[in-house]
Amino acid sequence: MRHLPVLIPILPLLSALLCLIFSRIERRLGKYAVLAALAASFFSSVLLLVKVTQSGENIHYYMGGWMPPLGIEFVVDPINAVILAVISVVAFFVCMYSQAFLKESEWLEQGGFYALFALLSAGLLGMTITGDMFNLYVFLEIASISGYGLIALGRGKSVVASFRYLLLGTIAASFYLLSVAYLYAITGTLNMADMSRLLMHQLDTPNVLLAVSMLIVAFGLKMALFPLHGWQPDAYTYAHPAAAPIVAGLMSKAPALALLRYLFSIITVESIYVEIGLKAIGFLGACGIILGSVMANAQKDFRRMLAYSSVAQIGYIAVGLSLGSVYGLIAAVYHMVIHAFMKSLLFMVSGALQYRYGEVSISIDMLGGLNKHMPLTTASFVVAALSMIGIPPTGGFFSKWYLLLASLEKGQFLFIAVIVASSLLNAVYFFRVIENIFISKDAELTSLQKEERLEIPFSMLMPIVLFGIAILAVGLFNSYFVEEIIRLGLPEVLAV
Amino acid sequence: MTIYSIRPFFAVVVPLFAAFFIMLSGKKPNLREFWTVLASFLTAFIVFSMVPEVSKGNVYQYTVFRFTDTVEFTLRTDAAGMLFGCVSSFLWIPVAFYAIGYMRQHHEKEQTGFFAAFAVCICSAVGIAFSANLMVFFVFFELLTVATYPLVFHARTEEARFSGRKYLIYTLSTGQLFLAGIAVTYYLAGTCDFTAGGFLSAETAPNWIMQILFLLLILAGAVKAGMMPLAGWLPSAMVAPTPVSALLHAVAVVKAGAFCMIRICGYVFGPAALTALGLDQILIWFAAATIIISSLIAMKQDNLKKRLAYSTIGQLSYIILGTAMLSPLSITGALYHIAAHAIMKVTLFMCAGAVIVTAHKENVSEMSGIGRRMPITFACFTVASLGIAGMPFIVGFISKWDILLGALEANRPLVLAVLAISALLALSYLIPVCYTAFFKEDKSGEFTAYGEADKRMLLPICITAVLSVVLGIFPNFGGHLYTFAVSAAKEITGGLIGGGFL
Amino acid sequence: MNNTEIIAVLNEFLAEKGIYALVLILFFLGLFGMIMCKNYMKKLMAMNIMQVSVIFFFLCLAQKEGGMIPVLAGSVTDSGAYINPLPHALMLTAIVVSLGTTGVALALLIRIKNQYGTVEEDELLRRMEE
Repeated sequence: MRHLPVLIPILPLLSALLCLIFSRIERRLGKYAVLAALAASFFSSVLLLVKVTQSGENIHYYMGGWMPPLGIEFVVDPINAVILAVISVVAFFVCMYSQAFLKESEWLEQGGFYALFALLSAGLLGMTITGDMFNLYVFLEIASISGYGLIALGRGKSVVASFRYLLLGTIAASFYLLSVAYLYAITGTLNMADMSRLLMHQLDTPNVLLAVSMLIVAFGLKMALFPLHGWQPDAYTYAHPAAAPIVAGLMSKAPALALLRYLFSIITVESIYVEIGLKAIGFLGACGIILGSVMANAQKDFRRMLAYSSVAQIGYIAVGLSLGSVYGLIAAVYHMVIHAFMKSLLFMVSGALQYRYGEVSISIDMLGGLNKHMPLTTASFVVAALSMIGIPPTGGFFSKWYLLLASLEKGQFLFIAVIVASSLLNAVYFFRVIENIFISKDAELTSLQKEERLEIPFSMLMPIVLFGIAILAVGLFNSYFVEEIIRLGLPEVLAV
Repeated sequence: MTIYSIRPFFAVVVPLFAAFFIMLSGKKPNLREFWTVLASFLTAFIVFSMVPEVSKGNVYQYTVFRFTDTVEFTLRTDAAGMLFGCVSSFLWIPVAFYAIGYMRQHHEKEQTGFFAAFAVCICSAVGIAFSANLMVFFVFFELLTVATYPLVFHARTEEARFSGRKYLIYTLSTGQLFLAGIAVTYYLAGTCDFTAGGFLSAETAPNWIMQILFLLLILAGAVKAGMMPLAGWLPSAMVAPTPVSALLHAVAVVKAGAFCMIRICGYVFGPAALTALGLDQILIWFAAATIIISSLIAMKQDNLKKRLAYSTIGQLSYIILGTAMLSPLSITGALYHIAAHAIMKVTLFMCAGAVIVTAHKENVSEMSGIGRRMPITFACFTVASLGIAGMPFIVGFISKWDILLGALEANRPLVLAVLAISALLALSYLIPVCYTAFFKEDKSGEFTAYGEADKRMLLPICITAVLSVVLGIFPNFGGHLYTFAVSAAKEITGGLIGGGFL
Repeated sequence: MNNTEIIAVLNEFLAEKGIYALVLILFFLGLFGMIMCKNYMKKLMAMNIMQVSVIFFFLCLAQKEGGMIPVLAGSVTDSGAYINPLPHALMLTAIVVSLGTTGVALALLIRIKNQYGTVEEDELLRRMEE
């Protein structure tokens, strides 16, 4: 029980190491190891979530028994506990979903794929749970490098997309490292809590200014905040269809949470530079919401459209952060949760289409009559689309609602207009797809797979349908999420 | 007195479950239709079981769960909600039978999706009626939008695709403004529970903010209620199958819009605030203009369904007009007109559909002498037309009379003039149809033999037609609807009602 | 201000801040190269330069005048006598990460070269269009 926090990132890490060896012994064994590790991570994070919300105290874990500020610390507070649970559950189900794509591949390909997959999950989990700034860098790079690999595994231009992402990702990591250096230079510590304590009296030094601006650039690049999103559409579009759900659904969440952590818990809004930085983030987020939605409207390719819509959705998180009030942060964290489910579901649907019809790229025009061939997939897609638009009672509606309340509290009427406009733009491109599915003539797609009782293999269908239900459930029980979890974990400055 | 009971929740959930079962039993048409019929009776039964207590002034209430951190998902049956709930749940029964007959005889495709979406629409209509606060109201309002969309594009032609788009653009854009308005309301007042007489006052915020807020809130209702200049979607949506037009564009969707306006005017802002902000005037003139213009356009339409659609636009503005005048009697009339117009318009649309299925005629000019072939259908059509025009002893007269009295009460002679003109106009666009059908010579000789519509379609038509006469004589027949209208009006205005029918 | 004074100021600057200026120049050189070079191989090399500059920066932070390498030397237990070991330890990790990134990047470049026959950006874009 005491070691639960460390199990969360370590088990997937371990499974990644063992995966190749296991795969050599039996082709599928590596995959099962990864699945088991992710399931264990999920259970540990749920246990921790329950514990931390019930006791109301954060859980600290000291690596190797070294106390901070010397040792590496893992911290579980309600907010990162819920993000941990979401990351591990999404990773688990995407892992399950990916089986069908790889069922005929050799041991090396299978083992390699799942090793990368487990590394990516471990990196994201570690980024979320760690309380040490340099440790965060290490996990960030673990996640990124495995992410480059997963993206490069796709077909078409994936290698080039992956290389570009690698360059930008490394710039981001370098900027992050630099900002760590600046903060380290004035405090001499790397522990986040310690750093926060030591920074308290030097919040207006130039070092903090440099650190804040570099942090925003670094995490902005990683979470594809407009205008730093250049790498993102290609990477999401060409990623391996089995890995795209986790790449698109989760890779932007851990950096977003880290940014929240830095701006609100470590440096805190009492610094004038953070205040300015938040304004900038809000402005960029608002621009991203509009431009991402407009660009999504211009796309013909289904996955590319989803990728651009991610730019817009990240904008919501950025706007929530920038408002910096209780409701703003609630909206941001809640949107991280719900967007992880929505985006991975949408990418799973596109992957399912690729699987069934063997097309490299799925154009929106090809989707006619999909509701007859793949009814359950279509139904889940519609739920996710409605959630993206923000139709109640799906989850997407509530992040909008909290965002609206936060904007009103802060008197930011511009954001209200942006939110309304973006809902409509979202509606235009998602209803365009829905319209094509239901109204257009049946597309001439031939199914590659032989006719079976289910539209796609059960291992693919189940995650898709479950996530559809999850979107509804997270929406309906949002008051529980907000009151019992997120509110408890708000940074002290804001806690009520 | 407030009765805490789960009944309102069941009334909302039964159609939703029915939709689910309908989707599951898509391969067995008879089983599928059984669910529709069962759910329609069950819903009506649950709703009407609440009538006796509500008519005594009690209120059923049920909180399902916490919807957001501060707003609860509460269903509540006050008098106004009960009125709308009764109308929409009761009318589902005849329309369900009619739809089964129509869809089967017309060999429509995608019937499973049709009936499922239909049930969801009813669920949202009942939900709209029983919502206790703006948030819940919005949930069902958006659900209605989404569930109606597949019904609009049901034909799956290019025209249907276009109408679907038009419908979505109108409803979703105003829906989002509505959401922004709800957020502002909640932020200003700290609550969004409907309160008779309103919980916002003119002093809540600066005047211009209140005026913008009113605009944000009212636009969604205005679009759904088809108030000009926001009515463009309604005639286009007539490409949908006739039962859809019948139930949704005459009952659920447009009435939800009108009901939304009543809730906003009477239960969010309240008469005092509206008058102080000068907003009632604006509404009145928009509604009056809509009545006249739509009647004029209706006269020019040859397509029967389109003609009825424009007539709907005009009649819905009666409700808005009655509400906006804010006098006790006019609000009574407005509320009762929800029921009255629903029954009459359903009859008219079902007749039009029967003609389409039986004689394959859509245009009025092709219907010369059709009354000889389908006498019962057109008799019913005539009754309903007269009702729309405001003939005494038919249900339309009661509501219109109250609105007229209300206009006198509120001392608005110009409105009186508008009402008088519009009654004449209504005669001039509906009665010619009856005349063409019965008295014009049948040149083509198509309609010489007697050939009525299918019984599953004819029976519902007769029931609603008879009902519109019965309610015209006993306005409280069956469901105490008139009592509800009166008590809701009393609640809103806080005034006593002189005249009227009680 | 005569020559000697200028030289004195310059000397002081170079002694105190010069290394930081160099690191900064190196960093922006790398960044500039990544943005401006058309050849992907060169981009990758520029990326390495940038990473090295960050490593230098950390190592500069660790220095102190007269500090020894942080290996326990006999009986000297005064921490002031050693340079700060922590940045060195961190940078070992960072070097490993940079090595890993470079390895992945090179592997990707080989695949790009195999797939498109070039690593020149303009040419690559043209071939990708086809």
